[in-house]
Amino acid sequence: MKRETMNGAIEERFRASLGMTHLLVSALVFLALVSGAEPSLHAQVTPQRLVDSAKEPQNWLMYSGDYAGRRFSALEQINTSNAARLVPKWAYQTMAGGKFETTPLVVDGILYGTGQDNRAFALDARSGRPIWQYQRALPADIRPCCGRVNRGLAILGDKVFLGTLDAHVIALDAKTGSVVWDVTTVDYSKGYSITLAPLAIKNLVIIGVSGGEYGIRGFIDAYDAATGERKWRFYTVPGPGEPGHETWEGDSWKIGGAPAWITGTYDPATNTTFWTTGNPSPSNRGEGRAGDNLYSNSLLALDPETGKLKWYFQFSKHDDHDYDATQVPVMVDQGDRRLILQANRNGFFYLIDRTNGKLVFANPFAKVTWSDSKDANGVPVARKDASPTLEGNRVCPGAAGATNWMSPTYDPQTQLFYVTAREQCDIFSTAPQAYEAGHAYYGSAYFPNDDAAPFTGALRAIDPNTGKMKWEWKHPSPTWAGALSTAGGLVFTGDAEGNFIALEAASGKALWHFQCGASVYSSPMSFAIDGKQYVAVAAGSALLTFGLP
Amino acid sequence: MALRAQDKNPFAGDAKAAKLGESQFRANCAFCHGLGARGGGRGPDLSRAQKRHGNSDAELFRTINEGVPGTAMPPNGATQQGVGMTEEEIWQVISYIRSVQAKAPAQAVGNVAHGKELFYGSAACSTCHMIQGKGGRLGPDLSTTGSARSTDYLVESVRNPSRRLAQGISEAMKEFSQEYETVTVVTAEGTKFMGVVLNEDHFTLQMMDTREHLHLFEKDKLRSLEKSRESLMPAYDQKTLSDKDLQDVLAYLLAVGAQ
Repeated sequence: MKRETMNGAIEERFRASLGMTHLLVSALVFLALVSGAEPSLHAQVTPQRLVDSAKEPQNWLMYSGDYAGRRFSALEQINTSNAARLVPKWAYQTMAGGKFETTPLVVDGILYGTGQDNRAFALDARSGRPIWQYQRALPADIRPCCGRVNRGLAILGDKVFLGTLDAHVIALDAKTGSVVWDVTTVDYSKGYSITLAPLAIKNLVIIGVSGGEYGIRGFIDAYDAATGERKWRFYTVPGPGEPGHETWEGDSWKIGGAPAWITGTYDPATNTTFWTTGNPSPSNRGEGRAGDNLYSNSLLALDPETGKLKWYFQFSKHDDHDYDATQVPVMVDQGDRRLILQANRNGFFYLIDRTNGKLVFANPFAKVTWSDSKDANGVPVARKDASPTLEGNRVCPGAAGATNWMSPTYDPQTQLFYVTAREQCDIFSTAPQAYEAGHAYYGSAYFPNDDAAPFTGALRAIDPNTGKMKWEWKHPSPTWAGALSTAGGLVFTGDAEGNFIALEAASGKALWHFQCGASVYSSPMSFAIDGKQYVAVAAGSALLTFGLP
Repeated sequence: MALRAQDKNPFAGDAKAAKLGESQFRANCAFCHGLGARGGGRGPDLSRAQKRHGNSDAELFRTINEGVPGTAMPPNGATQQGVGMTEEEIWQVISYIRSVQAKAPAQAVGNVAHGKELFYGSAACSTCHMIQGKGGRLGPDLSTTGSARSTDYLVESVRNPSRRLAQGISEAMKEFSQEYETVTVVTAEGTKFMGVVLNEDHFTLQMMDTREHLHLFEKDKLRSLEKSRESLMPAYDQKTLSDKDLQDVLAYLLAVGAQ
């Protein structure tokens, strides 16, 4: 690998500055080819490679591993028979505080990750040694609602793409970390930020914004990967004259929230990208925004080339419990059925026909009290008396939700859907406040209820055919760790107590665990190099990798 | 507005600012300190005239903005973790706290000296609780409790300790603190230990038994493990501790906390 890296570097340098003779270039190319058993280190990720990600299971080419959002690794070297022998391989320390939420990418032996405060880095995936490191100089007055976090990069061509806490999209040279382009999506001082990993489709980089706690007007953008030119913007809160605008009272649409802060998925067969949106603003007070508040808490089917809306499905209408629908919408095919699976923050597991947005069914996967009925289409409807009150109203799930942004996973082998569930009810109490640009805008308070029993969590295996739970792995307290399933018959997840855990996918039996030393606030991934499989997870300020001895 | 540099709240006595501060408080602080700033599961009662980490405007500002190291109080300024309040919003919250706080330091209504006698004597509090280095280890150290908790909370903790278990270790990135749960284990050899949970995860247990011995277990190696939310602390009824004696004990806690 070392030799080839040097060949590549020499070749490029000569090409760039000296003007090589044809002969010498050919010789160098030949040298590169004879070492061809080693992976190519040119990081040229074509759009087709992203579509065909299943053909290169050694790589992890996007946030959720594939366009379907399954967070499933086809690698099987680490499996139920040897997982108990997993050992740490290397760690990379960002030395930054706060939640470390990244899911790294791995392309041809190089790992690309992000850290707190808009750090980005490229590592030798074999050793963890950094190749380049980047950190954005952020303004002092950024307004990330929930930590100075970032969940990862997208890669396309020879660039990686980063969304920033001051609401920029930045393209970095995948080989050097140099900024290739830097565009402002919107004025961050109004409360906008970007924390998600972008999604690359064809020649576009698609990204959404955070800021549902600040009275923003949410949107999803697409940028030309080569130039940074914005190709389209889809406002998740429709403006005057647009369908859905009538679901907002008065001018409330201008500050209607509906941020899109988790990475979407993509169906190449129909050329449709699926994105989810968060709460209407203010998050816990419906007064002043009468109506369904489209497209807050919704699943959106968009044309990736134009940003045109094909259909939508709204999970929680006129929400006043902060039930963002920002959970990865996972695409699963069952026979003729083309589906989207989502275990929603509001406590229901939804099965949706992704050809038209029609609900197949919705079943609770955690304790739910906000809804006790369904409409004619089977969509759960909020109880009238579930809204926050001045004195406080106890509602389940609580404001952090029955699940949240932590990724679920779908395992095509067990045909089970695994999701992190949180059993926590909160007391929701109104705290009316006027909108002021760039200021926190909740309209409510919430705090843990007085239940005698402590809050708990679990990783739950759900049969998508029925919505019923097959098994659960109980956590002592609620966790923010996502899950990864692998062809080795394993599901990996983490807990708030700092354990990274391998479970048998079929049964939920623990086969291995490792104490990371800090709560896991990330979703794991897997890759291989030199024919050796690794599993990686971020915890504390460390990115940790594990493999067989 | 460069408000931070100043030592005095620019909104001092401003009722409108206090009202805005109340909203901020409910949204950002009530989670731990309770809706009326009277204290919650882990946040102290802020309606007390004295604040443990400083009572001046500048000290309150610092506490809110930067948090308190070694406690569950996080930094709440806009440049820190979490939602973050602007300097203006922090001053508004301080205005609100001033509007609900007692005018004068809480006066001990009981007899401090007698309270101390009871604590270390017939009420036997010191069997399990420590104050300033003297006493037992099984329950929470009460050296600062008197300055942090509302009287209602303290009374409830004595009369009905299982109603709300005291909180123990708080880990930096973990949302919920460990509580003083009661645990009984039987080891593989058949030895039984009862005590409090110091910490635990899915696989391990760290406990202190009633003889103040630390035990560190792998759960799957135990013959049995039973946890209970029935506190090891006995509920002190009127017969065990009269209202007057309880007032004396509280007076002692308050006096110690004020030091």
